[in-house]
Amino acid sequence: MTAQYVGQRITRNEDPRLLTGQALFVDDVDLPGMLHAAFLRSDYAHARIKSIDATAARSRPGVVAVYTAEDMGAFWKPGPLLVPAPHSIKDLVFNQRTQIPMARAGDKVRHVGEPMAVVIAESRYIAEDALADIVVDLEPLDAVVDLFRALEPDAPLIHDELGTNLASYVLQEKGNYEQARAQADVVISRRIVIDRGVAAALENRGYVVQWNAREQELTMWATTQAPIALRNLVSATLGISENQMRVIAPFVGGGFGPKIMLCQPEEVLLGWATMKLNRPIKYIEDRRENFLATTMERGQIHDVEIALTRDGQILGLKDVFIHDTGAYNPYALTVPLNTQTHTMGPYEIPNFHTEFKVVFTNKMIVTPVRGAGRPQGVFVMERMMDLAAQELGMNPVEIRRKNMIPADAFPHEQGIIGQDFAQLIYDSGDYPATLEKARQMIGYDQFVKEEQPRFRAEGKHVGIGVACFTEGTAVGPYEGARVTVESSGKVSLVTGVGTQGQGHFTSFAQIVADQLGVDVRDVRVVTGDTAQFHWGTGTFASRGATVAGNAVNAAAASVRAKILKHASKALGAPEKELEIVNGQVRVADIPEKSISLSELALRANPMRGSVEPGTEPGLESTQYFGPQYGATAAGTVAMIVEVDTDTLLVEVKRFVIAHDCGTVLNPLIVDGQVHGGVSMGIGQSFYEQLVYDENGQLLNASFADYLLPRSTDMPHIEIGHLCTPSPLNPMGSKGVGEAGAIPTPACFVQAVENALADYKLEILETPLSPNRLFELVQAANP
Amino acid sequence: MKPAPFDYYAPTSVEQALDHVAQLGYDAKILAGGQSLIPTMNFRLAQPSALIDLNNIPELFYIRPSDDGGLLIGAMTRQSTLERDPLIAERAPLVRAAMPYIAHPQIRTRGTFGGSIAHADPSAELPAVTVALGARYRVRNKAGERWIAAEEFFVSLFTTLLQPDELLVEIALPPMPPRSGWSFQEVARQSGAYGLVGVAARVTLDDTPSGRRCRQARVAFLSAGERPMLAQHAAKTLIGQAPTAEAIRAAAEAAAKDDVDPSSDIHASADYRRHLVKVLAARALTEAFQRANI
Amino acid sequence: MTNQFPITVTVNGVRYERTVEPRLLLVDFIRHELSLTGTHVGCEHGVCGTCTVLFDGQPVRSCLMFAVQANGHEIRTVEGLGTMDKLHPLQEAFRETHALQCGFCTPGFLMTLVPFLEENPKLSEGEIRQALAGNLCRCTGYQHIIDAVKLASDKMGVKP
Repeated sequence: MTAQYVGQRITRNEDPRLLTGQALFVDDVDLPGMLHAAFLRSDYAHARIKSIDATAARSRPGVVAVYTAEDMGAFWKPGPLLVPAPHSIKDLVFNQRTQIPMARAGDKVRHVGEPMAVVIAESRYIAEDALADIVVDLEPLDAVVDLFRALEPDAPLIHDELGTNLASYVLQEKGNYEQARAQADVVISRRIVIDRGVAAALENRGYVVQWNAREQELTMWATTQAPIALRNLVSATLGISENQMRVIAPFVGGGFGPKIMLCQPEEVLLGWATMKLNRPIKYIEDRRENFLATTMERGQIHDVEIALTRDGQILGLKDVFIHDTGAYNPYALTVPLNTQTHTMGPYEIPNFHTEFKVVFTNKMIVTPVRGAGRPQGVFVMERMMDLAAQELGMNPVEIRRKNMIPADAFPHEQGIIGQDFAQLIYDSGDYPATLEKARQMIGYDQFVKEEQPRFRAEGKHVGIGVACFTEGTAVGPYEGARVTVESSGKVSLVTGVGTQGQGHFTSFAQIVADQLGVDVRDVRVVTGDTAQFHWGTGTFASRGATVAGNAVNAAAASVRAKILKHASKALGAPEKELEIVNGQVRVADIPEKSISLSELALRANPMRGSVEPGTEPGLESTQYFGPQYGATAAGTVAMIVEVDTDTLLVEVKRFVIAHDCGTVLNPLIVDGQVHGGVSMGIGQSFYEQLVYDENGQLLNASFADYLLPRSTDMPHIEIGHLCTPSPLNPMGSKGVGEAGAIPTPACFVQAVENALADYKLEILETPLSPNRLFELVQAANP
Repeated sequence: MKPAPFDYYAPTSVEQALDHVAQLGYDAKILAGGQSLIPTMNFRLAQPSALIDLNNIPELFYIRPSDDGGLLIGAMTRQSTLERDPLIAERAPLVRAAMPYIAHPQIRTRGTFGGSIAHADPSAELPAVTVALGARYRVRNKAGERWIAAEEFFVSLFTTLLQPDELLVEIALPPMPPRSGWSFQEVARQSGAYGLVGVAARVTLDDTPSGRRCRQARVAFLSAGERPMLAQHAAKTLIGQAPTAEAIRAAAEAAAKDDVDPSSDIHASADYRRHLVKVLAARALTEAFQRANI
Repeated sequence: MTNQFPITVTVNGVRYERTVEPRLLLVDFIRHELSLTGTHVGCEHGVCGTCTVLFDGQPVRSCLMFAVQANGHEIRTVEGLGTMDKLHPLQEAFRETHALQCGFCTPGFLMTLVPFLEENPKLSEGEIRQALAGNLCRCTGYQHIIDAVKLASDKMGVKP
């Protein structure tokens, strides 16, 4: 089998549809008799609801129904816990409080944007008109916004019956930090703050639901990253069987994490409402709702301490942090566990004490956003590295190299438990090589020795940063795929994962095309339709290409074996002499002796006659793949920035990333993933920050005031690839989707500090802004 | 985010528009470019009961040279038209210089000169530019018309001297005096974002026996107060002076200290804005004087 | 006062006569009245550029116009640019350089770029970035889009 496609820069199969506006997104679905939903959402972060009166709304012309929590009866219940708590962790504290479909009279609203009622009307316009008709009598309560405040004994309680705002407590230890500290020459401790941001996919969340009363079947088009799990959970909530519900995730305009949140209030309510009304209903979230009621991430405060020898060797690290989960915690501890595992990064940390408290606050629920807790861990570690380098008079590259896990030390056990509840083990990697490559690509030595002194002499503030990271990817449990050669000779591939732009229609087709000797354009890929495939978990944690890809590979290999077996009989030649080229199976040295895949497929599924007992029809195979644990990708980024000390604007002049994601399926797509991750990283470094007031009001719930990076904000990104294949899967691949987002803020801060070296700043927070830099610079120069 | 219902009027002449304006008063809002109004309506922050659409009134779209060497511009002239017009480039380069800072090209396709003026957003570019140029606005109602100087027109945030029965119909830009220079500077966090602070400056030099001296300096700031802030104190320090780096520095400090009243918001503190006022005033004056000196 | 206004709009060369409520946004008219769903909605406040269409040949935010305002005018959407069998050179260029991932913002970029490429000579990378600055993309980081613009300039014979 020759690899004609895998590893090549193949242009995408799905592009013509997307480019010509023919691709179906959820809001493009239009059904006869379809109604439209709008949600009445709380304007208060914390309030007790006395009554909700929808009478006037119900009598507005064009309004078909208005539902409150009362109307739901027994269907009203908190959502399921989506991710189990890591009970293997000793002395775990976990207080489960999952989101509710709608706030109830007699109870509370717990964040701005929490639904209180839903209007179903002839148009979205009318539905929004009706929202203003609903009269809500409520008593505002003090809101909890500050993380430390949440733990004070007299703080308002988010969940009264819990008696505390503590959602969880986890302590993990490797070695003995106190001993390490006692032996250290240098101990540095700091408080580091990381703030919240949103994923802001350009397509907002949306659903079209259709209950077919005659078939007793529910169809839901959804902008989801997990169609199968969505089907399973919502069908259970609605009391119908999984088989009665079909979820279709068509083209989805960006996922980035929040679209894997499940049993979201809207999902449950819309499913329930369409069954009650027996009419299709569409709900498309608007941008303001996306800011208020779609999950988000990143808020943490770390008190961290590092202990080193005087020649820069890390003896130990202690990190005590507080993590904001928002008003509910349906996603359990995925994000802060990722923070724990990624703090160590590519370094040998023999003694590591890491503990966190998760607090409830009156803000929107926190679930993973590209990076999913890893950026926070990397930010903390890289900042401490830089502080240590400063203290010891060491070069930031040197101190990193000194502490890196060497290339011959794999698999490497890191001694704590990760988000998949297994011991963290790095499968393969060569971290010093990524550091060296990035160092060369950015021209580190030349910059520091020649260019920077020249800039400084001209009065320019140009600085350089280098940051290293690991990235846990390709976690289990598993994914599946079904490959079928059709009688036309074309091939169909069906898998359970959805697609939000990662190029699955192409990268998976490449795998199949190589295995089956067909044109990559002749492989038709179906993703995200539970009627076609119903086992799997979804696209998250940079796992699609690896986990689903390996299932695809296994299924295609299995079909290849069937093809060769059938062809061997048909051609009267041993299997090992056969090859498959351009849809034809032929004897290697006698090309005239051949048979087409089309013919083989026909023969494998006879319409009449008899078959040998035990024969499976067709040229088809369904295979699953589940890794033992997640593969660890890694990399190093470096950037050069210039700070205008008059305006405090920062320009990223150069950006390089040396990245290792094992075997690459399609370098064009991988480059795109890296670029996209970097742009989110740049956003989180200098443009994006959610600003809440003390009442839990989000002050910048629009793109006018929450800034996403534009083309003029992005540097040209240079990518260097390295490859240490993963031993955990047959293709040797690792994930890459989140790579760019993880180390960028840490690198940015280092570069800005370096540019402003004469101000001797110590920046222990992210994101930054020109205003914040002004404050820091002013404070440094009274 | 869909707007609330409204009654819609699409007059085809200024007379018709004035009829509607007179009848409806404060209940109606004028729809010019819509690039500021429609977002607020989509958010339902604004819910006017009626819109009077001026986009079908050809007599409001024009750029004409005026006899005194300046320009007369119809209130509905599109920003994208201003951006490309040779008369603007020649007689009002300060207007052209501000254009790239106004949102993005797609917004400027619809946005209008008069709409930006009448909306009176303190972070808008065109109000500050017209104040710096000493423009005048012609305003009409059913009874007649009046002229209002730009520097008097803006009262406070989104508030102007326009009465509920009045329509802004024309902007008159005076000619650039000989020996004039100009500059537009703005600091924004990214392309198209609201200016944290911006400045439009026009300076004029006199030839005197002892060399070139500043005769006039009109420096107007955006995002530094509730309306375009014309820097009178800064101007005073410059008049009669040679435009040296020292004089410019003094003027910039005076502007920051006495001529602005910036507020704090989530993007910038008042202190940071004041700092930017000083920085941009210096940059603008330096560039403007350089141009004047050619 | 009636709340239904008859309008005649030409979209991609086809004349449509419809009756609309004044508050119906142009983007909703295009997407749901005319079923041309290639134009997408990203923010409804004119910042993201996803809804960009050509109005009398110039790019506008269709979320910041009312359908009634399109009466008597010409609109061009992504459906009028190329077909799956015959892509416009700009669309080809986007495909070749992997300038789209999820594809949601792509029609907005295409419609912004079409007049841009027709009206401008070959531009530098900085100038291209400037021209794209009014359109947000969350997936690509813009780099491949810039590559696509350069490639399209070549394909379309844009003069330096």
